Amino acid sequence: MLGKLSWDVIPFDQPLPMIASAVVALAILGVLAWVFLAGHFPYLWREWITSVDHKRIGVMYTLLALLMLLRGFSDAVMMRSQQALAFQAPGYLPPDHFNQVFSAHGTIMIFFGAMPFVIGLMNLVVPLQLGVRDVAFPTLNSVSFWLTATGALLVNISLVIGEFARTGWLPYPPLSETAYSPGVGVDYYLWAVQIAGVGTLLTGINFVTTILKMRAPGMSYLSMSMFCWTSLAASLLIVAAFPILTATLAMLTLDRYFGFHFFTNEAGGNMLMFVNLIWAWGHPEVYILVLPAFGIFSEVISTFSSKPLFGYRSMVAATLFICIVSFMVWLHHFFTMGAGADVNAAFGIATSIIAVGTGVKIYNWMFTMYGGRIRFATPMLWSLGFMVTFVIGGMTGVLLAVPPADFLLHNSLFLVAHFHNVIIGGVLFGAFAGYTYWFPKAFGFRLHEGWGKLAFWLTLIGFYATFVPLYTVGLLGMTRRMQHFDVPAWYPWVLVAGAGMLITTAGVVAQIIQLVVSIRQRAALRDVTGDPWDGRSLEWATPSPPPVFNFAALPHVEGEEPYWSIKQRAREQNRLRDEPEYEPIEMPRNSPTGFICAFFATVMGFALIWHIWWMVALGALGAFATFVVFAWRDIPEYVIPAAEVARIDRANRSARREALATYTGPRP
Amino acid sequence: MLLRAIVRNCAVLGRVGATTLLAGLLAGCQGGVLDPHGPVGAAQRTILLNSVAIMLAIVIPTIVATLGFAWWFRETNTRARYLPEWAYSGRIELVVWSIPILVILFLSGIIWIGSHDLDPMKPLDSQQQPLEVQVVSLDWKWLFIYPEQNVASINRLVVPAGRPVHFSLTSASVMNAFFVPQLGGMIYTMNGMTTQLHLQADQQGEFYGRSAHFSGDGFPGMQFVLHAVAVDAFDAFVNSARSQGQALDRASYQELARQSLDVPPSTYRSVEPDLFHEIATQGVPPAPGPQAGRPEPSVSPKTGG
Repeated sequence: MLGKLSWDVIPFDQPLPMIASAVVALAILGVLAWVFLAGHFPYLWREWITSVDHKRIGVMYTLLALLMLLRGFSDAVMMRSQQALAFQAPGYLPPDHFNQVFSAHGTIMIFFGAMPFVIGLMNLVVPLQLGVRDVAFPTLNSVSFWLTATGALLVNISLVIGEFARTGWLPYPPLSETAYSPGVGVDYYLWAVQIAGVGTLLTGINFVTTILKMRAPGMSYLSMSMFCWTSLAASLLIVAAFPILTATLAMLTLDRYFGFHFFTNEAGGNMLMFVNLIWAWGHPEVYILVLPAFGIFSEVISTFSSKPLFGYRSMVAATLFICIVSFMVWLHHFFTMGAGADVNAAFGIATSIIAVGTGVKIYNWMFTMYGGRIRFATPMLWSLGFMVTFVIGGMTGVLLAVPPADFLLHNSLFLVAHFHNVIIGGVLFGAFAGYTYWFPKAFGFRLHEGWGKLAFWLTLIGFYATFVPLYTVGLLGMTRRMQHFDVPAWYPWVLVAGAGMLITTAGVVAQIIQLVVSIRQRAALRDVTGDPWDGRSLEWATPSPPPVFNFAALPHVEGEEPYWSIKQRAREQNRLRDEPEYEPIEMPRNSPTGFICAFFATVMGFALIWHIWWMVALGALGAFATFVVFAWRDIPEYVIPAAEVARIDRANRSARREALATYTGPRP
Repeated sequence: MLLRAIVRNCAVLGRVGATTLLAGLLAGCQGGVLDPHGPVGAAQRTILLNSVAIMLAIVIPTIVATLGFAWWFRETNTRARYLPEWAYSGRIELVVWSIPILVILFLSGIIWIGSHDLDPMKPLDSQQQPLEVQVVSLDWKWLFIYPEQNVASINRLVVPAGRPVHFSLTSASVMNAFFVPQLGGMIYTMNGMTTQLHLQADQQGEFYGRSAHFSGDGFPGMQFVLHAVAVDAFDAFVNSARSQGQALDRASYQELARQSLDVPPSTYRSVEPDLFHEIATQGVPPAPGPQAGRPEPSVSPKTGG
């Protein structure tokens, strides 16, 4: 009746996960109880859960990412503290638990921390920068988000019911086959990532369509903002790469569930095929993450230097160059598997060629600052921290692309330090820059600068204090994923890295305080005009937060910096543009499709993990029925009357008029 | 007065700090890949350091220029020229693309030549015939077979110093990577496949070795010491191995292939001929992994099914 499920699968004997999950469960129950008792549920349901507004979905993505970053960070704290205590000693985490922790850390950080953060910012900003009202497929967008949330939920359920994978964040066979991993851990990984992966693929399709087909009138490809370009590149990569992931994991699933032999030891299985396929997805994946971050830096550095982006066309070329070459380098993840000199050399050279594109970008950002008037607000600090940190990470990356050097450093903590250097220093710094930069756009008030700067400095120092020791100990031959170790020379560096983690923790705390303080002081931090940073792209032409329809009248775009030219004209003539003729606007209706689909997907995923076949059928049927009901809907849209549009737009125009009257900066 | 005292103290502290850091880094090099004791490791270290030096030559100026530009063009600096429209310069674009391309061209040469010179399959230049060693990674210990001497050892590798060693490697179950940081780069071990590696220890000594690819719960214990010894000491090791311990045949191999943790070093007095070949070609079945119904120290009770 319940498949493999029984009371034995709940680890009552292990206090650590039980206490942790009890606290989390209590917190969730508390929030839910408060939501229901205070009568907030109808509001949440109407305005958020069923929302198909790209801005709301973007906010929910970002919120999910922040929560999962906290979960992944607590895993990181456990790993660093375990290793600090595990010199010639068992430490406090037994191997099976420690192995789950590092596997969950990687999975959560990539799939449920970094990806939703980047996609959340894309959701919030891309339609605004394109000057349109929503993405191409708004309800599909909601489905994407809720499927990602399903994946995150399944990973976290594994904390209490059963176990998570003990194979690392990419489950290499044969370790991940049933012969060596008979438990449900790998199954949790497979279904969580598969379901979230469907969501990500749909997002990719949605954004490719939106950017290619739905730009504001007059906006050519070469007048799109840099963030839209990098989002387009990342979405194209998603469309091309995620099917590989889906197929690879499906093959492993067939191995585990039906005794197939794609990657097994026996019967002609080939484990190396998994390694090739997973990295054919895995390497583009890192560019899916980092390209949008590059876009954010381009926006931020240009805005806070009060200058257009230097070498815009060069930047576009470099982005597309990276996009294509990223598919030709996957083998550098396994130079040490004995491919032979020609193959290794070819992939090593291809890998270092990618650094050309990245190098060009770094120099273009540098020359964007040249001749600027740089304001060191928090987003700009994250960007500068990125430029310095990422150059170092890029250098160690190219070093690892040199096969003879990689033979010494592969799978060492040097490698771990390298990819944290580029993912924290690149993706996460970018996401935080975007978070502080666009927060006022999403919520109508800025984040507290003081706490933001403190968070930046603590995170930056904490990063170096943690990962410089790991680079060093990697050069000493320490490999990754060690539950305990016996070599005395490694011990001091592991301790220093543990201490660095304390500083990083202080950075995380500062960031949480920043959010709380900002919410409490929101009246003082209010963004009245919708353009708090003297921005240059179209999102700053809307009020903060933007109305559901974004633009009262779609902007007509000329040139590379559409909003900047509108603003300069206003400053020149000392008056705003003429009021447009307001017309009623049709917007898509909210739909619970995404949420209900995801509910059934959760049921199905959980049932598949535990082999509860009737429940699998129930989940699949439910999800399909939800889709059918949605497809047969009668009224897909509703109309916002012209008077309402006019009221909202006039309020913002009067705020802008006031700001223009008191403007004292340079005029063209 | 006070200020000067603070400045002086800071200078002293800075000097002490820098010295400690340097000493720490130097001490840190002991025993790692930057302290090689064989020709392969030494050549790989040279490539590693050269590549870093080439890249530092542009990385350091880039970092300095980034911070310099950011500081000079700060909003409050009235001496800095504001160029609000300046967004393109063909000459700068040319330089911006050329610098990385030139560096990568240079590095590509290193990559191509280095990959071929240091191909792990390539025999080392030496007057002496290499010693043959067959390596099998098991859950969770290393089996080293000396086919010419017809002995084997667990978690302890004895080789003559100054003589090249040719390793043939495979795995009994899951992937591992054979790695002796001070002698040279690693190579993976995979079931059903054989990989090759050539290493040599120049001096006598004890070198730490371990698995560099995560292989399950017993992974931290997949470590061994490589003893590079004089020729007569190697012969003594072989003789003592021959005179004691079990014989390694299929039955004792299958016992050995079961999962076990932190296995102390031991030797086998003889090895069934072709055992390595049989393991690598799955003539003997892959190692069983966790066993249902049998208490395993390493297997969580939750996953007993």
